[in-house]
Amino acid sequence: MKIVLDHLTKKFPSRSRKERSEVTAVGDFCFEIPDGKLVGLLGPSGCGKSTTLNLICGLLKPTEGKIFFGQDDVTNLPPENRGVGLVFQNYALYPHLTVQKNIQFPLENLKGAAKLSKEEMQEKVYAAAKLVQIEGLMDRKPSELSGGQQQRVAIARALVKMPKVLLLDEPLSNLDARLRLQTREEIRRIQKETKITTIFVTHDQDEAMSISDLIVVMKDGYVQQIGKPQEVYDNPVNLFVAKFLGTPPINVFDGNVKDGMLYIGDDAVLKVGSVPNQEVHVGIRPEGFILREDGPLHCNLSRLEVMGRDVSVVSGHPCCQSDTIRSIISAENNVDTDSDTVRFALKPGKVFLFHKETEERIHFEVE
Amino acid sequence: MEKQNFKGWLYLIPAVLFLGVFMIYPLVDVFVYSFEEGYNSASQTYLGVGGYNYSYVLHDPYFLQAVKNTFILVIITVPVSTILALLISVGLSSIKPLRDLFQTVYFLPYVTNTLAVGLVFMILFKKTAYSDGMVNLLINLFGGSSVDFIDGPYWAKMFVLCFYTVWVVMPFKILILTSALASVNQVYYNAAKVDGTGSFRIFRKITIPMISPMIFYLIITGFIGAFKAYSDAVALFGTNLNAAEMNTIVGYVYDMLYGNSGGYPSYASSAAIILFAIVLTITCINLLVSRKHVHYT
Ligand SMILES: Nc1ncnc2c1ncn2[C@@H]1O[C@H](COP(=O)(O)OP(=O)(O)O)[C@@H](O)[C@H]1O
Ligand SMILES: [Mg+2]
Repeated sequence: MKIVLDHLTKKFPSRSRKERSEVTAVGDFCFEIPDGKLVGLLGPSGCGKSTTLNLICGLLKPTEGKIFFGQDDVTNLPPENRGVGLVFQNYALYPHLTVQKNIQFPLENLKGAAKLSKEEMQEKVYAAAKLVQIEGLMDRKPSELSGGQQQRVAIARALVKMPKVLLLDEPLSNLDARLRLQTREEIRRIQKETKITTIFVTHDQDEAMSISDLIVVMKDGYVQQIGKPQEVYDNPVNLFVAKFLGTPPINVFDGNVKDGMLYIGDDAVLKVGSVPNQEVHVGIRPEGFILREDGPLHCNLSRLEVMGRDVSVVSGHPCCQSDTIRSIISAENNVDTDSDTVRFALKPGKVFLFHKETEERIHFEVE
Repeated sequence: MEKQNFKGWLYLIPAVLFLGVFMIYPLVDVFVYSFEEGYNSASQTYLGVGGYNYSYVLHDPYFLQAVKNTFILVIITVPVSTILALLISVGLSSIKPLRDLFQTVYFLPYVTNTLAVGLVFMILFKKTAYSDGMVNLLINLFGGSSVDFIDGPYWAKMFVLCFYTVWVVMPFKILILTSALASVNQVYYNAAKVDGTGSFRIFRKITIPMISPMIFYLIITGFIGAFKAYSDAVALFGTNLNAAEMNTIVGYVYDMLYGNSGGYPSYASSAAIILFAIVLTITCINLLVSRKHVHYT
């Protein structure tokens, strides 16, 4: 089922009485989610991700705009008639019901022709439980389960009625790091198996990048960029997106373009073609540095962090907007740790320029 | 370890002493009295020991009347007041404007003086030289003939007693239930809605189980309170409850001790022990039933 969001907007009235201003939780969201894909909705806390999900599932009514499931306008349909499955951030399992009854709950709501017999229900519940591998826990109460198990039950409950759309609101945020890695793979597997159009909300870019077909990056209620994870990573439209994606994060410098040459401090680091003279933000991915004796960028070496295959060089530069620069180079390079300076050349494809005020991307031709 | 134990007991002493003097000792005493035949409190003597007191009380038509009245009162008022309070609380929780006003209105009877409440009931039900009471006016309006609710037929008086009891116990129940409803996390309702649950099913399958500990609490205390009813009947029908056929078990105990026909502590004790046994049995049944239907989280 394809989902179309058409100029979707949600405004909340302001809390304080003095101010009449409204909070725009989601602003002018236009997007067509292709059938059967997994879309990662990504952004910092408070950027409107949950609001977007609640709009799609019908718990909130949009202030403006429309939502289509396939060809049907569902904007004014109540949640119980939309046929979506939703996994809440804190799972919202009914504490007084067993796992079996929790998963069965949505099936018991079916009416008329869709009504199921007891045996059919049990079959479906078992199938859903098997999908998330919790068949052995059917008689437990939610309070007797670990976080990871509860999360699986929540997914099973959302999946059991075979929804046309599956929505997941930061489903992994309560899990420990290891389990998080494991379950995100599992979600990906389940989504591939069932081919249900899925929206996966997270504030963790790693999570979104690793399992999504498409990612949507949001900030303060507005969509910044939509695309395949690698495309967005390689081609951020603005400084926010560039900063938000990637671990370790991108290194940002104050730079200057003069006569087609990019300067960081006094170092002329890169030819940037026909970019007009101006001050810019320079974003350089950690993997965009090449260690070279005669490299143009001079940095103050702090320390090395060896991570097996790679070496992370931690250094500083007066023009860098954060205290440390992190660059990742192959472990085959020999870094002179006694020296207190380190010199880099840059890979042009890993360097992004952004407008000083608007922070929009400035493209340049790589020679 | 030893020392800590000792300290623990030390801290318990005041409470244990208090309970012992004012609860346990009187209870044991009442139990003893109930088996002492012909006890005379003036001379502190008795004729013998045995079950005669119980036999007397159980054959006393006034006591049987009191038991019948009490049971009718319990069986009608506990479910009616709890269900009504639940409906009103759900109503209150689902409206936004004027909620505080309504909450205050419903809570008023709880803080109102008993005498004022009695007055209200007189205006509603009592026949005077000038009027037959508001309720009778209503009955007349719909073509019925007046009923004497205070000195009239048994069912009319029982109706007033039940009505009064329900009215008096409701505010507290509404207060408890509205706060219980407010404490149910909205996320469960959202989850149920997304899963396509209708509102009645949400109420039955989510709301009720979630607030079941509070409902259970209200039922237990409601049962106990109704079994101990006495003052309400006095407020409505005066002190001679036996004559009015409106006596309750506690009323009977009181009459046996201090009433016009009083001075029989042995009979009073037997009746009190019988009441104790009834309340204990009902409470145990309640607890057993609750195991299955009350969900503590
Ligand atoms: N019911 C509400 N009333 C007022 N403001 C709200 C409400 N729900 C969310 N908001 C505001 O909308 C914005 C987006 O919230 P949310 O969608 O929950 O963010 P996210 O899930 O991305 O962390 C926040 O600024 C939040 O304060
Ligand atoms: Mg959220």
